[in-house]
Amino acid sequence: MTTIAAEGAPSYISAGYTLRSWLTTRDHKRIALLYGVSILFFFLVAAAAAAMIRLELLTPAGDLVDDDTYNKLFTVHGVVMVWFFLIPSIPSTFGNFLIPLMIGAKDVAFPRLNLASWYIYTLGGLFVVVTLIAGGVDTGWTFYTPYTTMFSNSHVILAVTGVFIVGFSSIFTGLNFIVTVHQMRAPGMTWFRLPLFVWAHYATSLVMVLATPVLAMTLALIAIERLLGVGIFDPALGGDPLLFQHLFWFYSHPAVYIMILPAMGVVSEVITCFSRKPVFGYQFMVYSLLAIAAVGFMVWGHHMFVSGQSMYAGMVFSLLSFLVAIPSAIKVFNWTATLYKGSVRFDAPMLYALGFIGLFMMGGITGIWLAALAADVHLTDTYFVVAHFHYIMVGGAVMAFFSALHFWWPKVTGRLYPDGWARAGAIVMFVGFNLTFFPQYIAGYLGMPRRYHVYPPEFQVLNVLSSGGAVVLGVGYLLPLLYLWWSLRRGRLAGANPWGATGLEWQTPSPPPTYNFASAPRVEGPPYAYQAGGTDGR
Amino acid sequence: MAAEGTSAMAASHFADAEQRETAATFGMWIFLATEVLFFGVLFAGYTVSRVQHAEAFILAGRHTDVLLGSINTAVLLTSSLTMALAVRAGSVGWRRSCAAWLVLTAVLGVAFLAIKGYEWHEDWLQGLVPGLRFAYSGPDAPGVELFFFLYFVMTGLHALHLTIGILVIAVMALLAARGRFSAAYHTPIVLTGLYWHFIDVVWIFLYPLFYLVSRS
Ligand SMILES: [Cu+2]
Repeated sequence: MTTIAAEGAPSYISAGYTLRSWLTTRDHKRIALLYGVSILFFFLVAAAAAAMIRLELLTPAGDLVDDDTYNKLFTVHGVVMVWFFLIPSIPSTFGNFLIPLMIGAKDVAFPRLNLASWYIYTLGGLFVVVTLIAGGVDTGWTFYTPYTTMFSNSHVILAVTGVFIVGFSSIFTGLNFIVTVHQMRAPGMTWFRLPLFVWAHYATSLVMVLATPVLAMTLALIAIERLLGVGIFDPALGGDPLLFQHLFWFYSHPAVYIMILPAMGVVSEVITCFSRKPVFGYQFMVYSLLAIAAVGFMVWGHHMFVSGQSMYAGMVFSLLSFLVAIPSAIKVFNWTATLYKGSVRFDAPMLYALGFIGLFMMGGITGIWLAALAADVHLTDTYFVVAHFHYIMVGGAVMAFFSALHFWWPKVTGRLYPDGWARAGAIVMFVGFNLTFFPQYIAGYLGMPRRYHVYPPEFQVLNVLSSGGAVVLGVGYLLPLLYLWWSLRRGRLAGANPWGATGLEWQTPSPPPTYNFASAPRVEGPPYAYQAGGTDGR
Repeated sequence: MAAEGTSAMAASHFADAEQRETAATFGMWIFLATEVLFFGVLFAGYTVSRVQHAEAFILAGRHTDVLLGSINTAVLLTSSLTMALAVRAGSVGWRRSCAAWLVLTAVLGVAFLAIKGYEWHEDWLQGLVPGLRFAYSGPDAPGVELFFFLYFVMTGLHALHLTIGILVIAVMALLAARGRFSAAYHTPIVLTGLYWHFIDVVWIFLYPLFYLVSRS
């Protein structure tokens, strides 16, 4: 591999060490790190709430916290995890860092807007912190009306304001990515030479830009309704609570794709690199990403099968939900086919990626159960649903986040982490995850409802298993924090391309210089020019 | 979302000026797409509420001022014309004419807000402001209240957009007068124009929904 950048050009990290140089930066790589630190903070806040929830559920009685506090715990866990960790997790960090590198650009199209989006995120986060200090919010992350507008005595307005604000950071990030991918590609980087990671973020950005405004306006209407006692959602005022659910899920189902599409992008990069084979069916992969984003907009009603929505609407939504399974399955088949006859290596990023495939499949297939009208009547509002979406969001999106973290860590920091520890971390996380959430499928199937802190004693075994698994999972999250921190100072120098990977981001030094490349790169061939069975470039 | 200024290209992350201008314009279009979805929620809310309170919406629709609403529509449409002329003047590099058309557009925008404000004041006096001063009674009162709730939220959000537009136009007029734009570089004016026309289009939907459909 040749290194394009000139020797001696200062890296983006050494471009300035003052706090001011970070807080006023327009470098997409520095903004990515700002996001990284912020989402880590909110991840820990939400994880602490999860820990309290699992601790409470160790016993059938409500002995740790009272029911009000419990409601606030799962609300804070949901709100913070969804909007302050999962939604920005991969796009705002790795997407931000890598998209310009991968397409051979100096930066995103609108660097100032990029920085502004981080400040907006921070402002939104501030509202959430204030909400917590003021005493929390107890509506569930779904903010269902009329509970939110009429009956809840907690800090709903503060909370929805925080989510409203953070929505704009996601809109601006999406807007920035779309324009960047359209306008900033290097010479020769045609659409079908784009890495799948970039395609995945392009599809994600479309969803961000088109779905988030709907959530923002809907939450604004909640705040107004609560403030003035008049509005379109409260049936006592002539409004329609089902309208709220339609609007909420019009955003919140596609939001799942905001989390999972970037994860698919990460996994595509990692699988192909550690199989030393081009991605199988590249164009199919691209079209499935776009199909998931498009069809994902038409399935929201599957959250409302028992809400009093028309039966015929339910049937259509059910069928369309089945339809999303097709492009998702194409992706899984193609990842598997990429592995076939490849020179597969089990480095840490690969372990996480393989874990993603298994857990995503599990979550996807149980999603089919939930999309089936009759089955859903039995399973809705049980722990089965909780297990299902945690398999997608935590098993899927978070595993992929760690895969990305381990794959691009050498590029971001210029250092290598201890390999053995990293592989152990991946395995601990996989085991801990399954131990935490698999029992919840069974508990839910047997009828344990979600969102209660008191439950019948026959569910205790499953809950103890789950809480025990959460401890293992916690260790799995803690391990990378420790060895990655260690690697920052003590890790071996990575060099430009430690994995022997293709892709423009590996052709510039690690960490990259401020404008990424010393001279504009020129792209001459398709992505993923790996040689199966050949040398791995090391 | 303004373009990244006129600094030398060598220090910019763009390859050339053309790339910069296309990116800025494209970004503006995407922003407007998000705005459509943003307003879309309210239009969906209007549709659902109207279906559920058909009678009340017909009654309520007779309490808006169709004369002032129509005058305002004319004012706003005219402002779109003057905005288009400003963009045209900017694109051929007529600095003073561009600034003049911008000022006229802003003045028409202010006129719209003044008329709208007067209407809101009248609504207030008649007790048609939901949540704050609502005096309408009768069996259809809840539906009428919903109508006026949507009326205030939608025209209010529209007025907010208009206010932002007026401020931006004022800044653009100042910059144009000072000679910041030329035939080669006038993208900010084009972007402002796009935004202004969008606000106009929103009003074109609000006007029939709140002033016309219930009168027959
Ligand atoms: Cu869904």
